[in-house]
Amino acid sequence: MAAHLKKRVYEEFTKVVQQQQEEIAAKKLRLTKPSKSAALHIDLCKATSPADALQYLLQFARKPVEAESVEGVVRILLEHYYKENDASVRLKIASLLGLLSKTSGFSPDCIMDDAINILQNEKSHQVLAQLLDALLAIGTKLPENQAIQMRLVDVACKHLTDTSHGVRNKCLQLLGNLGSLEKSVTKDAEGLAPRDVQKIIGDYFSDQDPRVRTAAIKAMLQLHERGLKLHQAIYNQACKLLSDDYEQVRSAAVQLIWVVSQLYPESIVPIPSSNEEIRLVDDAFGKICHMVSDGSWVVRVQAAKLLGSMEQVSSHFLEQTLDKKLMSDLRRKRTAHERAKELYSSGEFSSGRKWGDDAPKEEIDTGAVNLIESGACGAFVHGLEDEMFEVRIAAVEALCMLAQSSPSFAEKCLDFLVDMFNDEIEEVRLQSIHTMRKISNNITLREDQLDTVLAVLEDSSRDIREALHELLCCTNVSTKEGIHLALVELLKNLAKYPTDRDSIWKCLKFLGSRHPTLVLPLVPELLSTHPFFDTAEPDMDDPAYIAVLVLIFNAAKTCPTMPALFSDHTFRHYAYLRDSLSHLVPALRLPGRKLVSSAVSPNIVPHEDPSQQFLQQSLERVYSLQHLDPQGTQELLEFTIRDLQRLGELQSELAGVADFSATYLQCQLLLIKALQEKLWNVAAPLYLKQSDLASAAAKQIMEETYKMEFMYSGVENKQVVIIHHMRLQAKALQLIVTARTTRGVDPLFGMCEKFLQEVDFFQRCFIADLPHLQDSFVDKLLDLMPRLMTSKPAEVVKILQTMLRQSTFLHLPLPEQIHKASATIIEPAGESDNPLRFTSGLVVALDVDATLEHVQDPQSTVKVQVLYPDGQAQMIHPKPADFRNPGPGRHRLITQVYLSHTAWTEPCQVEVRLLLAYNSSARIPKSPWIEGGEVSPQVETSIEGTIPFSKPVKVYIMPKPARR
Amino acid sequence: MGSHGGTVVKNSAANPEFGSSNLPAAPWKPHGGAGQDVGRSCILVSVAGKNVMLDCGMHMGFNDDRRFPDFSYITQNGRLTDFLDCVIISHFHLDHCGALPYFSEMVGYDGPIYMTPPTQAICPILLEDYRKIAVDKKGEANFFTSQMIKDCMKKVVAVHLHQTVQVDDELEIKAYYAGHVLGAAMFQIKVGSESVVYTGDYNMTPDRHLGAAWIDRCRPNLLITESTYATTIRDSKRCRERDFLKKVHETVERGGKVLIPVFALGRAQELCILLETFWERMNLKAPIYFSTGLTEKANHYYKLFITWTNQKIRKTFVQRNMFEFKHIKAFDRAFADNPGPMLEVKMQVEYMSFSAHADAKGIMQLIGQAEPEHVLLVHGEAKKMEFLKQKIEQEFRVNCYMPANGETVTLPTSPSIPVGISLGLLKREMAQGMLPDAKRPRLLQGTLIMKDSNFRLVSSEQALKELGLAEHQLRFTCRVHLHDARKEQETVMRVYSHLKSILKDHCVQHLPDGSVTVESILIQAAAHSEDPGTKVLLVSWTYQDEELGSYLTSLLKKGLPQAPS
Repeated sequence: MAAHLKKRVYEEFTKVVQQQQEEIAAKKLRLTKPSKSAALHIDLCKATSPADALQYLLQFARKPVEAESVEGVVRILLEHYYKENDASVRLKIASLLGLLSKTSGFSPDCIMDDAINILQNEKSHQVLAQLLDALLAIGTKLPENQAIQMRLVDVACKHLTDTSHGVRNKCLQLLGNLGSLEKSVTKDAEGLAPRDVQKIIGDYFSDQDPRVRTAAIKAMLQLHERGLKLHQAIYNQACKLLSDDYEQVRSAAVQLIWVVSQLYPESIVPIPSSNEEIRLVDDAFGKICHMVSDGSWVVRVQAAKLLGSMEQVSSHFLEQTLDKKLMSDLRRKRTAHERAKELYSSGEFSSGRKWGDDAPKEEIDTGAVNLIESGACGAFVHGLEDEMFEVRIAAVEALCMLAQSSPSFAEKCLDFLVDMFNDEIEEVRLQSIHTMRKISNNITLREDQLDTVLAVLEDSSRDIREALHELLCCTNVSTKEGIHLALVELLKNLAKYPTDRDSIWKCLKFLGSRHPTLVLPLVPELLSTHPFFDTAEPDMDDPAYIAVLVLIFNAAKTCPTMPALFSDHTFRHYAYLRDSLSHLVPALRLPGRKLVSSAVSPNIVPHEDPSQQFLQQSLERVYSLQHLDPQGTQELLEFTIRDLQRLGELQSELAGVADFSATYLQCQLLLIKALQEKLWNVAAPLYLKQSDLASAAAKQIMEETYKMEFMYSGVENKQVVIIHHMRLQAKALQLIVTARTTRGVDPLFGMCEKFLQEVDFFQRCFIADLPHLQDSFVDKLLDLMPRLMTSKPAEVVKILQTMLRQSTFLHLPLPEQIHKASATIIEPAGESDNPLRFTSGLVVALDVDATLEHVQDPQSTVKVQVLYPDGQAQMIHPKPADFRNPGPGRHRLITQVYLSHTAWTEPCQVEVRLLLAYNSSARIPKSPWIEGGEVSPQVETSIEGTIPFSKPVKVYIMPKPARR
Repeated sequence: MGSHGGTVVKNSAANPEFGSSNLPAAPWKPHGGAGQDVGRSCILVSVAGKNVMLDCGMHMGFNDDRRFPDFSYITQNGRLTDFLDCVIISHFHLDHCGALPYFSEMVGYDGPIYMTPPTQAICPILLEDYRKIAVDKKGEANFFTSQMIKDCMKKVVAVHLHQTVQVDDELEIKAYYAGHVLGAAMFQIKVGSESVVYTGDYNMTPDRHLGAAWIDRCRPNLLITESTYATTIRDSKRCRERDFLKKVHETVERGGKVLIPVFALGRAQELCILLETFWERMNLKAPIYFSTGLTEKANHYYKLFITWTNQKIRKTFVQRNMFEFKHIKAFDRAFADNPGPMLEVKMQVEYMSFSAHADAKGIMQLIGQAEPEHVLLVHGEAKKMEFLKQKIEQEFRVNCYMPANGETVTLPTSPSIPVGISLGLLKREMAQGMLPDAKRPRLLQGTLIMKDSNFRLVSSEQALKELGLAEHQLRFTCRVHLHDARKEQETVMRVYSHLKSILKDHCVQHLPDGSVTVESILIQAAAHSEDPGTKVLLVSWTYQDEELGSYLTSLLKKGLPQAPS
């Protein structure tokens, strides 16, 4: 009965309390914005059970806390912490402490003492670990404060002997992140005993818990990352950990060994059980190689990756990695690679038809065979044969890196790379082809190797074939048979996959220009000429014949004797191809016949300077003659623009610069023309119509400046200033034109204000460059800025008008390397007359294949636009994975575009083109004025405008009405 | 805490050969040069009183009684079921499972037979095929029947990878991936703390349809490993594959036909996968046929047991099961007459080797992974095994055995005996400062209670309480004679200062009643009753302080240093 009564009383009591609190909360909400700490305090007091409190804390954690209120919140939390009996709530509070101390703008030194205090009385291991984590957050927030770091390290050392692995883990993490780097600092700080952090962490390498061992190694690696030089003594400790039972320990140990080997590559270490000594880096290399056959694939990946960066290793160790020391029945056996090489050098082709050509040779001394522990022996052979493709890729990458630094190793690893072309996983095949391309400068392919490489040309994957074409572009072939073989296989490839046409032609172009002397003896055979008889003229449109000609003409470029072997029609075909495929067929110096081309080509090909000079001169002419009468200036500009454009067409190397300058001059020309319009002299009401031209000019200048800024790669800051300046002028022009054409002042206010903001923005962004802009429009504008700010719009417009007329023409400095972004849509080709039929309302997938040149960061900028005949435009964002990067500055977009429309009565064409999206505010973080971090991600991804940069392709489509 | 040398366990590994007991010198059927892998595997292991038979193979080379192992070797009298606790089959090749129906149905065994699910599925197909050839083609009598195969398979219990199966209260077995054929497994047999690992046939290099063998660091007492390629280190499989594909491709392009005789089931699938993927990659159209029958039936199971294949097949089977061949079709005799004239047969024979056994390096790698105490080599040629044995002993410093057929090897083990320690005691001891220093042994005082084969280490107080005994104090006393003419008090002072200077870590006190204490050890001095020039030091300590006490007496016996008087 008494118990019942008590329960009822309790119930009533709790009810009342709750009601009161709700009232208070409601009041607060109405009156002021409730402070975070107060609200939290109320919530926590309200909580009747630990589960409730936990819920409140979880809710609280979802919302961010401002830097000012952090301390208050922490106090509340701590207060509650002392009272709380439930470990889970304390744990959450501890984790919140860590989170809160990370708040930017809050200095957590004030809460550190409390955190350390509560640490001392805490019994729960989990809460302890969480508190240490919070301390870690505090410590990393205050990297300069030595005293605090010292104290934290001290705390960590004290708790290192805890029985829970979690606590030891966190302590080691603390030590790794905060352990002082120099011992001298330690001594004078508060007289604490100097601690050798490395020694303390090293002791825990033999902890009983594998998680703690891992944490200890990671802490050591952390010390290294923070710039502390690890002792060499650690090496031996780490080596012992390589045979640990747990994979995460071994994985971390491999990393540590690698770090030490990079720190002390030349130290000498003894080989156990012998008197010999070797370099530490070699020893470490052997040990890591051994880990390539570890039981855990995580460790194997780790080991294989690290091998690639051990460039200091001695060459004989390196070469061992490729030698497995084969034997059969205790007799030494040669590898298939060695046999192939021998066969090749003896002049025979590998028939594979001989019995016992792999028969083992000499006997081996049984004592001399070492089945394991031979260190580096065969590490890569194992790695490349591993069951997990992750390991194989890592091994291929490592091979690539090592081969790039050692030509002799590159030669040796070739066979293995070639073998990887037959891997079962495409990624691995692709990776090994890319690797081979990267090291191709160091190697020459043997014929039998070439044979294997070429066999892959039949692969059904387009990526593989194209990667292989890229590889062949930069491959060295040793014999004329090799060239012939390559050509035959490429033609076979062309027959099987006609879409590879462009890629194959390009490949043959490089193949020809690299090996002119090897192509020379093949010419009669390839052109099927006969010394006595005229042969039939081949079909000029046959892609295979064009492929052969591309090879021959490119070889002929540096081989003057070759044209003598051509027959008449070859010369005709040359002229045709030189015109139609000028990017593939070089200009040749041909005897007698081709006077036209020979007259032009010698001047251009050997010297590049004249055209460069011409460019410079014409630009200087423009800049120096700016004070001519307007008519003369206009004419000069027009001529120069025309010259530059033509120069760009002729000289592909200068195309970027020429176009860039021409566009700039074009802007200037437009500005001058606009300012000379009659409208300025006519009374206001009359020029309504005529203002069209001026406003159109302003618009066009804006567009051109965006093109200049975003379509060229290699534009530097000094050009960006000029471009922005030009844009500012265009905006001024726009303002003037609008002021003249609109009646009433109200809309002008807004425009003026906006313009002045722009000026202000310009000044802020380019403050460093302002001295270069003397006498310019903006220079004058800034002088008058105070006056402008206070003036009425009409006055502002007047001032602007005069300034625009007076301002001088800014000199555009030429950037060193500048390339115009361009794109070519290969597919759809736009030639088909058969419409793509699909049911209206459903979608049809259109394959788009395009090459992009000189586009920076295409994943975020390149978009596909589809224009429907009804004017509807659709913009498609291709997936990042659709972009491939076959070479520097080049990208390939292979994607699918989904089309859909309502039913049409007859087929019609849609236009597909590529757009370059830009966002001028994305450039802003470049300027020093605004610190990074403020720009929200939304701004970065948003698109301000787009520039079409490819020729549109028409696709014939026909959405049929759906059948009912 | 382990007591050593308590129990001796007999691990007997035997290969029951045919009838006669005087075995030939080279008892193992050597593997022929053509890569034939035909030897009957049958090993008998006794671990701590449990008898397990590993594999039950037949010999392809014989057509008489000698094709099956001699099971009378196992036990002369009594039923096999009573003697054997279980039978384990590592994989479905006939040299590992061919004698199973004979053994279970004709000789008579009713106990459990363990194998993996793929083996369980494919094994009866092979047995049935074997029976057909023996009975229908060769017309043998007294052979097992189809019904016997079915009855035998009913006794099979499936074991999944890494699954621990309790055969009875003490015996447990666990399967690991072996990568030799689909479903091939290595088995760990464990009784108490003693364990044996039997590898069966395994492959350490992955191939086109299977992964590599893998075992954790289980540290068995004995590892029984095959040693087919004991003296061979193989070349990379990539060259072999490439050569093979090139030869096939060239022949097909020339318009020729390729006939690939594949003996072993499993290798056929390997070649199918290899060809299929190549055809797929290269967009080839020429048809590939395989002879119907065994391969086709087995293929059905290959499609099902995807989890037992390699990474590539496992990852891509969602899009397409690699064993659903597109280009490979079952061969029909009618096809042979179909395309083109078949007048002239020009044939070239080419030789390729695709084997799925571990080579010497692979064997060493597996031993390195498992870290056994002893290694036993089976399934190989004596001369080659000799070489490998020597290498294993040299590199791993473990004992290695290679018993002949019918020979028994007995291995002593040092089993560890688990002792429970009370948490209170452990915590108390750890509180005295525990540094993670594994090298330095620590002294721990407690009482070992042995009660119904259960060992516990508890603190002495608790032991007294549990056993209901009163505590007895054991004190040692010792008299040390010192030549010192001075007074007793002075002697005591000298002893005090001497001890104080030496025992810096301990608490040395001089009590007002004229005695000295070191920790709890009491030292008193008295004049000798007869010789006043000699003082008698009385040292007394409890049993707990035995170490310090005896050290102190030996120290005092050396005498005091000469006082700097």
